[in-house]
Amino acid sequence: MPFMVAFALMVAVPLIYAGYLSLFKKQLIGGVSFVGMDNYARALTDPSFLGGVGRMALFLVIQVPVMLALSLLFALILDSGMLRLQKFIRLGVFLPYAIPSVIATLMWGYLYGKDFGPFAQLAKSLGLPAPDFLAGGNVLFSIMNIVTWGFVGYNMIVMYAALRSIPAELYEAARVDGASEWRVAWSIKIPAIKGALLLTAIFSVIGSFQLFNEPNLLRVIAPAAIGQDYTPNMYAFQLSFVNQDANYAAAIAFLLGIVIMAVSYGVQLSANRKERAA
Amino acid sequence: MSREISRRSILAAFPLAALSVSALTACGGGSSSAAGGASSPVSQADIDAAMKRDTKLTFWTWVPDIQKEVDMFQAKYPAVKVEVVNVGQGGAHYQKLRAAIQAGKGAPDVVQMEFDKLPSFTLTDNLLDLTPYGIGDLKSDYPAWVWAGVTPGSKGIYGVPQDTGPMGMLYREDLFTAAGITVPRTWDDFAAAVSTYRGKNASSMLVNWAPSSEANMLGLFWQAGGRPFSYDGTKNVKINLTGDAACKKVTSFWNDLFRSGNIGNEPDFADAWYQGLNNGKYAAWLTGAWGPVFLQGTAKSTAGKWRAAPLPQWDPSKPASGNYGGSTDAVLKSSENPIAAAMLARFVNTDDKAALTLANEQFLFPPSTKTLKNPAFADAAASFYGGQKVNQQFTDIASTVQEGFQFLPFNDYAASSYDKTMGKAIGDRGDLNAALSAWQDDLVQYAKGQGFTVAS
Repeated sequence: MPFMVAFALMVAVPLIYAGYLSLFKKQLIGGVSFVGMDNYARALTDPSFLGGVGRMALFLVIQVPVMLALSLLFALILDSGMLRLQKFIRLGVFLPYAIPSVIATLMWGYLYGKDFGPFAQLAKSLGLPAPDFLAGGNVLFSIMNIVTWGFVGYNMIVMYAALRSIPAELYEAARVDGASEWRVAWSIKIPAIKGALLLTAIFSVIGSFQLFNEPNLLRVIAPAAIGQDYTPNMYAFQLSFVNQDANYAAAIAFLLGIVIMAVSYGVQLSANRKERAA
Repeated sequence: MSREISRRSILAAFPLAALSVSALTACGGGSSSAAGGASSPVSQADIDAAMKRDTKLTFWTWVPDIQKEVDMFQAKYPAVKVEVVNVGQGGAHYQKLRAAIQAGKGAPDVVQMEFDKLPSFTLTDNLLDLTPYGIGDLKSDYPAWVWAGVTPGSKGIYGVPQDTGPMGMLYREDLFTAAGITVPRTWDDFAAAVSTYRGKNASSMLVNWAPSSEANMLGLFWQAGGRPFSYDGTKNVKINLTGDAACKKVTSFWNDLFRSGNIGNEPDFADAWYQGLNNGKYAAWLTGAWGPVFLQGTAKSTAGKWRAAPLPQWDPSKPASGNYGGSTDAVLKSSENPIAAAMLARFVNTDDKAALTLANEQFLFPPSTKTLKNPAFADAAASFYGGQKVNQQFTDIASTVQEGFQFLPFNDYAASSYDKTMGKAIGDRGDLNAALSAWQDDLVQYAKGQGFTVAS
């Protein structure tokens, strides 16, 4: 019951209200008028929105597999017990997640700096040209780096917890058959934590489409590379608070939600299909 | 596990939840409350009575240390209690103001309102006309262009001028001398100085011009005689950037400079830029009259090396300047204590002692002729500027600002549209002339979409 109340207030009501708003249009001269699905039609042909979604899809396709692979690798290494100082390493990999993303982005913004950032200074001292992490073509990868750095630890913990719950008898059986540690990892551990892998994959998918903090903060120092419509969330924010076009922003937010649902569903379907085939 | 959901779904709920606040009035149409101010002049007796009544006012402003002036006000009118709140600087302030207005509650009585934002709040009829409260008596104390700034469309007085930003040039005398440059008097001299300076300096440039610079650029258009925008107070706007000879001239001039690669194009008011000012990366800064003190706070290591001069001129026989920045204090129509609020806005900016304190201690450049002429302000010599009487220099500049420049009633959008078009061309060192056209088209499209009738 308390869940239903919280859900209704925090999720259902704003959703319904936003849906209601998206059917109207408000003009500075002329006030509010009902326009039905016009806002949605406009969004589907809006290069700012489509560009943002495309960018996030690219982000997703590169960053999520890289991050999850790294998390899986760290989780497997930790679980195999091959390392000393387990607790210390676990904490160290997890620490970036504990840093608020705003602070992390500001910090990375400084690190990426072309004139005074440490990488640039290092390059200069070696006589090389300073790498421009915030140039138009590079900035998406720079953001991918920040997000990966921040979330590898979190996903690693999720996978590690799943690995810890695998019954030890499976390992004994494998070792009796003469399997090496890598073989054990590949054939036993990874299939056993499929559920956790799917979970982290879906959360990462949802997260990439909703990217807001990192590009919004970096925009201050790289305004030519990152426009106000770099991601759909930034575009909705811009529309709502600067253009005073809250109705169109509601339509954008809804469409983004639909895109996220579709992609998440797709990820889940393909995972289930693989499971049935295997 | 749930933490990841909550962080990411907060991001999801954010646009929706924020929308539900900001759009609560989209339906309501921003209906004003019972307060709406007087329509006929309020008598002195009424004013005196109101100032003796126990009242509580809220004042949203980001001027540092404004409590000093507020304390003077409260000393004179002890029954009126004022709460000063800083809700953010610039964009953040206006976003919160709009949200509060639309939500119908939480809005302040008196609010800081920059000159270029004023028309967008009179458009949505959120500001109180101060004419019935005797504010009209102040008119003779301000230059025409300043008074025009608080009387958009000549339909009423919507703010009390607080500070202005007539544009001048701050420069490093030591760097100029080292490069063999004299202070450029015309824009042609300036262009030549840019090349000369760059020729003598591998890691330093004469000047930087930021991508996100709409207000700054409009100041230069203003100086050149450009009048691209106008708004009649109802539903007619004029948007004419590409057809305005002065705007085109200025844009073309800066296009050549950016393309040459001899001037900087990095964002200002950012870490790297502050560091650049401190270690001589830029030898000059084209800025408003609030610039000198700002520089003192941010480039301390270069004290004593800077000087102030007028902007380079298009026609040295007719010196002119434009305005960049500057605020007023306005009263919201929703205020339940319009008389006390109007008196607060008036006192803080025009009481002799308060105005002088704003000028000398908080370093806001005063708009009123009386304060400008006050020797305590005019004769101040700054050691940061090698003993130059910088105030007097900017006062002289202020008298060359021509009137007639107007801002669009959706300046927020105009600025963000500038960032998308002109700003991008600046950042990429692309074609600024084409960007001017793109900016024009974007503004016209937005205006039409919002129901305005657009003329050029």
